[in-house]
Amino acid sequence: MSEIVFEGTPEQAEALKKCIDEHRGEKGALMPVLQNAQAIYGYLPVEVQTVIAEGLDLPLAEVFGVATFYSQFSLKPKGKHKISVCLGTACYVKGSDKILEAVEKQLGITCGECTPDRKFSIESCRCVGACGLAPVMIVDGEVYGKLNPKDVPGILEDYMKD
Amino acid sequence: MVNLKINGIPVSVPEGSTILDAARIAKVNIPTLCYLKDVQCVGSCRMCLVEATGARGLVAACVYPVSEGMEVKTNTPKVRKSRKTTIELILSTHKKKCLSCVRSTSCELQKLALEYNAEEDRFGTDYKDAAIDDLSPSVVRDNSKCVMCTRCVAACNKQSIGVIGPKKRGYAKVIGSPFDKALAETSCVNCGQCIVSCPVGALYEKSNTATVWEAIENPEKEVIFFTAPSIKATLGEAFGMAPGTNVEGKMVAAIKQLGNVKCFNMDITADLTIMEEANELLHRLMKGGKTPMFTSCCPGWVKFAEHYYPELLPNLSTCKSPQEMFSAVLKSYYCEKYNKDPKNLFIVSVIPCTAKKFEVTRDELGHYTDVALTTRELAKMIKEAGIDFVNIPAAEYDKPFGEASGAGAIFGATGGVMEAALRTAAYKLGGKGAPIEFKEVRGTEGIKEAEYTVGGTVVKVAVAHGLGNARKVIEQIKSGEKDYTFVEVMACPGGCINGGGQPYVSDDIRNNVDLKAVRAKALYDYDKKNKLRCSHDTPAVDMLYKEYFGDPLSHKSHELLHTEYVKRNKY
Repeated sequence: MSEIVFEGTPEQAEALKKCIDEHRGEKGALMPVLQNAQAIYGYLPVEVQTVIAEGLDLPLAEVFGVATFYSQFSLKPKGKHKISVCLGTACYVKGSDKILEAVEKQLGITCGECTPDRKFSIESCRCVGACGLAPVMIVDGEVYGKLNPKDVPGILEDYMKD
Repeated sequence: MVNLKINGIPVSVPEGSTILDAARIAKVNIPTLCYLKDVQCVGSCRMCLVEATGARGLVAACVYPVSEGMEVKTNTPKVRKSRKTTIELILSTHKKKCLSCVRSTSCELQKLALEYNAEEDRFGTDYKDAAIDDLSPSVVRDNSKCVMCTRCVAACNKQSIGVIGPKKRGYAKVIGSPFDKALAETSCVNCGQCIVSCPVGALYEKSNTATVWEAIENPEKEVIFFTAPSIKATLGEAFGMAPGTNVEGKMVAAIKQLGNVKCFNMDITADLTIMEEANELLHRLMKGGKTPMFTSCCPGWVKFAEHYYPELLPNLSTCKSPQEMFSAVLKSYYCEKYNKDPKNLFIVSVIPCTAKKFEVTRDELGHYTDVALTTRELAKMIKEAGIDFVNIPAAEYDKPFGEASGAGAIFGATGGVMEAALRTAAYKLGGKGAPIEFKEVRGTEGIKEAEYTVGGTVVKVAVAHGLGNARKVIEQIKSGEKDYTFVEVMACPGGCINGGGQPYVSDDIRNNVDLKAVRAKALYDYDKKNKLRCSHDTPAVDMLYKEYFGDPLSHKSHELLHTEYVKRNKY
């Protein structure tokens, strides 16, 4: 997969700066700043983490350590369309791993990644409360149930046109 | 004071002490692994677990505070079983290639495994066969040996560098630089304090001994060793001698037995550095140059300034380090005088320092030094050669670079460069009868300050060792809170005597003895006994100026003995 180039806007940079300024000097400032930064950019690339390290006067290794410790933080961007495949128990026994595989194959990226055109990103989740429809996947909040790997290309095609 | 009993032994300790502190006073040994005095105390490895009244379950002695009437038991079946299991679990993710490991026989994990009869493969072996990061000229990391104690991280943070840290979590956790960068791609200053903090073989210096052996065997090469001031005070430790034993004569004798090599004394170019640096300081003061002037002989500090305070680079003395001055002198003066081809000279600098290995790769220094060898590597070569170091009769340095002053020798300890410079500056301004000893700048205090009137001029000086302390001094200067004329910085705590290339010291010693003070004392005693106390008294220095350089700061000295610095990125 080719490297996704960081594209931050001046507005985003301004918002991050404001957030850092608000928390500077506070004990435990790193967590809220990382959460905000992820809300602003959707993910935490090296460029953003470096600004945070500089702004909070922390070693980059510490910022990176926290960002990679919590699964809520992502180092990879999210796509315009967010695909989430349920790997909870019910979906899994119904073969959701095969659904995930089909999505990965279709898009040429692996779970946790984003396509170079930033159109799609894939992640897995644990139970969305639709076990009766297992196996399920969710695209942009829309739940697709009782899936067969063969259904995947058809579903994604609609989003590709967009 | 709090009264408690450890294994039935009554002991009284100040409030706020930990069980480990109390045990030390009661002379009860509690094993530790992630704990390292002055570096880290987090209670994460669970090696120091003990039973204590009033506590639920076993507690970590290194962090658990004492309380009145507490009874601690450090040697019960429960404690021993817990420690044994802890070791066995660590061993299950450790690459147990102990026979060929750099830390074999000096490894804390190996020692604990032996002491607690740990079964090597009780939980099998499932280590991450991590790629070795050896892109740095100084520090090699092999995470397949890492025990996750994070002592290296704490040491790096204490230096206020922080280029390594834990990444990810659970089984995926590794220690390393952010974003999968190699250490060489970060703003690491190569001080090597991570290496001397590592209890196992996960960190070690990039070894150059094979290159040196090759040169020794090459009949076309004339191999010249020179030894840094602090080596004489530490090399003995690698052969089981007590810390602080001065082994200068044995060291020279052993080096000469490695093969057909010459051995010179780097204290001489420490003296030469002082001649240039003291004159540079006076020049700056009289001609209104940038002050405060900072020393520049420590390559860890120089790279630190380049990364983190590039605006200070004009304040750094332009003097090369003694290592680089010596190599430049050998490739120029020495070759011209003795009619040798510089190409055939192979120069080995023995230093207490891993940052010097980076220094020799700097283009602006002309690549005059072929290899920088740490104290540990020299010890290894001596062992490889089968030399009986402890019993070898002393030998003398080769001429003409043998005799140096005590001022050159104390270069190896914090405050030593400052004191040496003050001796020469005082003489230059005050003439005969000028003071020799400047005791205010000695000692292990992190930041030392003093004010002297030298020949009518008031000189305000500061000495910082450990880069965390250096950062404090710089921030105070930048904020205008402090104002100095001259500042000495050594990257390692205690200076070169405690450098990242010095012999491994067992936790037992490091947690109980102030090595910085003990090793430094060897150098100050050496200085006191030396009949030459000042850099300007050293005959070889006199000879170099008379025969070659003319005067300090001359055109020729600028060409060969001075350098420039480059701004580097902070991240």
